[in-house]
Amino acid sequence: MTTEALIRVSGLKKHFGGGKIKALDGVDAEIRRGEVVVVIGPSGSGKSTFLRCLNLLELPTEGTVAFEGVDITDRSVNINLFRRKIGMVFQHFNLFPHKTVLENITLAPRKLKRLGAAEAEGKAMELLAKVGLPDRASAYPSQLSGGQKQRVAIVRALCMEPDVMLFDEPTSALDPEMVGEVLDVMKDLARSGMTMVVVTHEMRFAREVGDRVIFMDCGRIIEENTPSEIFDNPQSDRLRQFLAKVL
Amino acid sequence: MSDWLEKFKSDFILNFITKDRWKYLWRGLGNTLEITLIALLLGIAIGVVIAVIRSTYDKNRDSMRRGLGYCLLRLGDFICRVYLTIIRGTPVIVQLMIIYYVVFASSNNGVAIAMLAFGINSGAYVAEIIRGGIMSIDPGQFEAGRSLGFSYVQTMRHIIIPQAFKVVLPSLANEFIVLLKETAVAGYVSVMDLTKGGDIIRGVTYSSFMPLIAVALIYLVMVMFFTWLVGKLERRLRSGDH
Repeated sequence: MTTEALIRVSGLKKHFGGGKIKALDGVDAEIRRGEVVVVIGPSGSGKSTFLRCLNLLELPTEGTVAFEGVDITDRSVNINLFRRKIGMVFQHFNLFPHKTVLENITLAPRKLKRLGAAEAEGKAMELLAKVGLPDRASAYPSQLSGGQKQRVAIVRALCMEPDVMLFDEPTSALDPEMVGEVLDVMKDLARSGMTMVVVTHEMRFAREVGDRVIFMDCGRIIEENTPSEIFDNPQSDRLRQFLAKVL
Repeated sequence: MSDWLEKFKSDFILNFITKDRWKYLWRGLGNTLEITLIALLLGIAIGVVIAVIRSTYDKNRDSMRRGLGYCLLRLGDFICRVYLTIIRGTPVIVQLMIIYYVVFASSNNGVAIAMLAFGINSGAYVAEIIRGGIMSIDPGQFEAGRSLGFSYVQTMRHIIIPQAFKVVLPSLANEFIVLLKETAVAGYVSVMDLTKGGDIIRGVTYSSFMPLIAVALIYLVMVMFFTWLVGKLERRLRSGDH
């Protein structure tokens, strides 16, 4: 693993409702290339907002987000070009219901990267095979199970060949028996060397797959360490309380 | 009884067969359908633009950066609201006459002017229909599009609008039916639509019953046909979940 910072966040603040709600209250963090960072914390701790600030789905109130050294919060930056390199997977999948699985996956590569139909579809099929869904290419999202939908959503993001993948509670909307199939795909992805930032409540995943765990509460990073240190040797009271509840 | 039948028959011949008077209705019907169809297409074009501007402003005014883009959007939204207020606040027949007698006073191409006037009018109603459709789409769809790298406009075009259209298709078809009947006032600007055609026959034969009932029946049959079509469309959309 190299130590080069892919994303560097400094002084990040996000306020809602004209400053009444401080979802992020000064966050500094670094995501290094090839690293799997897992963000945990109680609901309302700002972890999703933090993740959404990384590709500017949420516009920070203050602070900067540097991607490969470029401050993407700068107004002169065309954020659409950077978002192509930042894949995102949502809690509720957000597949396009009016398009087939294959169309969902190939839409962005074809329109944004000007890939030909054959090339885009070839790549999509290859990725679908990797997540075990090659036979569902012509299905519509409404015909898939939750776990299948999320795997397709991962493939859709991967097909743009991103430098980093953001996961916003990818298993929280799934039936328990489908959580495993999605986590397996994510584990494979981590093993392949993909840089990942994962907001999740799956503590086992955090411990097994994470290179680093960030614990957030009240819009701040409270603790940040290797999984074994976080889970076996928590330093702060708040982390201990949190772990006592979830483990 | 046979007297009545005889009278009906001679009335029918007088109003429709003699001098090929049915052609007034036929040509009028052609104009009515043409005006309705073109006006609806124009209305959809206007409606989509307005719906996109208005929903964009509605959804983003709080989270947007204050700058030139925001000012332009706010101005656009204001202009759209003025348009909606004026069009929905005045009778369509007055709008039609203003466009015919004031705006295009030098032209007497009534059909084209009627298309334009009804299109502008319909645009206001279509705009609100489509805006409702856009607002009904899950915000997650928008985020998914943006997160892949699509611009705002591309996301609207490839992801949001196609879904919104599906939602509002039945309402748009209903707007077509409403418009079909509204065009009956086109005769005010010397367009020979279906209604005017019937009225011309009335004027030369001095019989009111036969031509007016015929006109009413033709409208009724068309509306019933399109209503049936809309119903079919709705069931089709509901059964296909995707």
